[in-house]
Amino acid sequence: MSDTHAESVAYVRETAIPPAPAPVTEAGVVGWLRQNLFATWANAALTIAALYAIYLVLAATLPWVLGGVWTTDSLTECREVLQGRSAACFSVLTERWNQLIFGFKYPDEFYWRPSLAFVLLFLAAAPVLFFDLPRKLLLFTAVYPFLAYWLIWGGTIWAPVFAALGLVAGYVIFDRFGNQNFATGFLGGIAAALVVWILADYIVPLIASDDPLLPAVQSRDMGGFMLNMILGVVCVSLSLPFGIALALGRQSNMPLIRWISVVFIEFIRGVPLITLLFVANVVLAYFLPPGTSFDLILRVIIMITMFASAYIAEVIRGGLAALPKGQYEAADSLGLDYAQSMRLIILPQALKISIPGIVNVSVGLFKDTTLVSIITMFDLVGMIRGPILASSDWNGVYWELFGFASVLFFITCYGISQYSQWLERRLTTDHR
Amino acid sequence: MAEAAPKMKVSDEVAISIQNMNKWYGTFHVLRDIDLTVYRGERIVICGPSGSGKSTLIRCINALEEHQKGRIEVDGTVLSSDLKNVDKIRSEVGMCFQHFNLFPHLTILENCTLAPIWVRKIPKREAEETAMHFLEKVKIPEQADKYPGQLSGGQQQRVAIARSLCMKPRIMLFDEPTSALDPEMIKEVLDTMIELAEEGMTMLCVTHEMGFARQVANRVIFMDDGQIVEQNEPEEFFNNPQSDRTKLFLSQILGH
Repeated sequence: MSDTHAESVAYVRETAIPPAPAPVTEAGVVGWLRQNLFATWANAALTIAALYAIYLVLAATLPWVLGGVWTTDSLTECREVLQGRSAACFSVLTERWNQLIFGFKYPDEFYWRPSLAFVLLFLAAAPVLFFDLPRKLLLFTAVYPFLAYWLIWGGTIWAPVFAALGLVAGYVIFDRFGNQNFATGFLGGIAAALVVWILADYIVPLIASDDPLLPAVQSRDMGGFMLNMILGVVCVSLSLPFGIALALGRQSNMPLIRWISVVFIEFIRGVPLITLLFVANVVLAYFLPPGTSFDLILRVIIMITMFASAYIAEVIRGGLAALPKGQYEAADSLGLDYAQSMRLIILPQALKISIPGIVNVSVGLFKDTTLVSIITMFDLVGMIRGPILASSDWNGVYWELFGFASVLFFITCYGISQYSQWLERRLTTDHR
Repeated sequence: MAEAAPKMKVSDEVAISIQNMNKWYGTFHVLRDIDLTVYRGERIVICGPSGSGKSTLIRCINALEEHQKGRIEVDGTVLSSDLKNVDKIRSEVGMCFQHFNLFPHLTILENCTLAPIWVRKIPKREAEETAMHFLEKVKIPEQADKYPGQLSGGQQQRVAIARSLCMKPRIMLFDEPTSALDPEMIKEVLDTMIELAEEGMTMLCVTHEMGFARQVANRVIFMDDGQIVEQNEPEEFFNNPQSDRTKLFLSQILGH
């Protein structure tokens, strides 16, 4: 039914051709199989070889996992149950569960406190991660760090309250004076926060009751996966703002700020994290006045945050450099000042470009929190290497324990990665 | 270069005054002894070969480029390194770019309301009403909730014009607004600009659209090698160019 007049050069189409469904070999399951698995003979051979390899791996591991023993009290008991059969002794996980999660010194009657903090973490993170949620939820997010600190460490409630008050005072001053002059507001805000904190240092011991609602737990008693979570969550959330500040500082027109940023970034990036952790653990004590005790977890948090923010700064600098110059010029030409154009125009786009890199650093950082096991902190890996494997009950159950650690870290990191992919899709507006 | 003849003026009020302005990129002298007075309501077209400094000239007016010598006064404010003055001038002077430079992460409406809300501190609702008014004016109110990436080049440039107009500028600068457009879309942008000119907006326009220059300009300025070589009324400029350089340029762009 072609309306082409083949015999003539001049040609006018009189009827439009309606779209027809694709042939079955192109669409549907058959089409998919043909295109992706059996496109050529070589492809078909590779598909079959890959399937066989997967079969071999599963055939070896599945019986070991599925036949695992969950209810014995020691490795010897487990071996008796297995009677020479090759299977996993997962009972180490059930028997030492609390140690793996909370460490071996956290008081068992208080396990509910970090558990509650963990559950609330999702509530606090939700409005930050999913910005379609009502903005009022951010209020809880702002309170959460202090609440979580109080839950996990316990002690007098006035310490976190005054810590929060210091930040509020700083913000009020910044809000009051920052509009006229950013530097005045910024420095004034820091000064106000410091004043509140120094006052709190005197006031808190006076008003703190001897018998607080939540008894205090010392930092050295923290351990297990809880410690990895604390370090990971705190350091990731702190290193992002610091990284942004460093990236902007490195692009600054003011030489002093630029040099400070460059020196900081280059120095931190040139030093291994483990060195920084040793500095935090041992060397720092020599520089502090004698008698001052500076919480070890706090020291480690500062070091990991510095390390991660240097990397994140470089990732964000890449995003800033990827933006066309026209975006800066358009923002300038509309009369937006530096802070406005950065916040409203430049950073939203630069951060979107930087998402894969930021996630890369965050995932790496989260896994690097296991390095603290080297400076005698009993995080998940520290617990496994130390108290659990060293005990006479469970000496020798490497596969089960390290497999469990891998699974825990994998779940967390895969979750972060999936979230970031969702975020990238959600932020797509270029419609290419 | 002599001042423009009085008959070219549409008013006596000075909008932009540039005196003895010089600019260098490193050691390269891009703008040399520029003297230019723009009166309120004037429509000026600046043309010249590429690299002649015409874009740099209008970008100096809103301080996107820094000049090293001379004096620029825009709407009574002297352009200096004082950021307050720079921001004041920028909020009074609208600018359209060759590549539109819309903000791709914001909708069309958000593009138009952002600066009024944050710079002028206008309530959101009011800013949106103004934005819709100007989007209607450039004839694309139905695109308000789309993103720039979903629009054609001509539509994007019209949004860029609307975005500038939302700041209620007293002066508009156009930096080759049609150079990146397909021929079919040039007309819709020029129509918008003509409409704007007819309402009495003070306009400085770098363009090669000579038809536009003939139709709306009070004055055409020809630049070469960072200098103003010739300026005149459009009719005189096109029919009776004085300098050899201008004649050569016109023969090249009008000759085919």
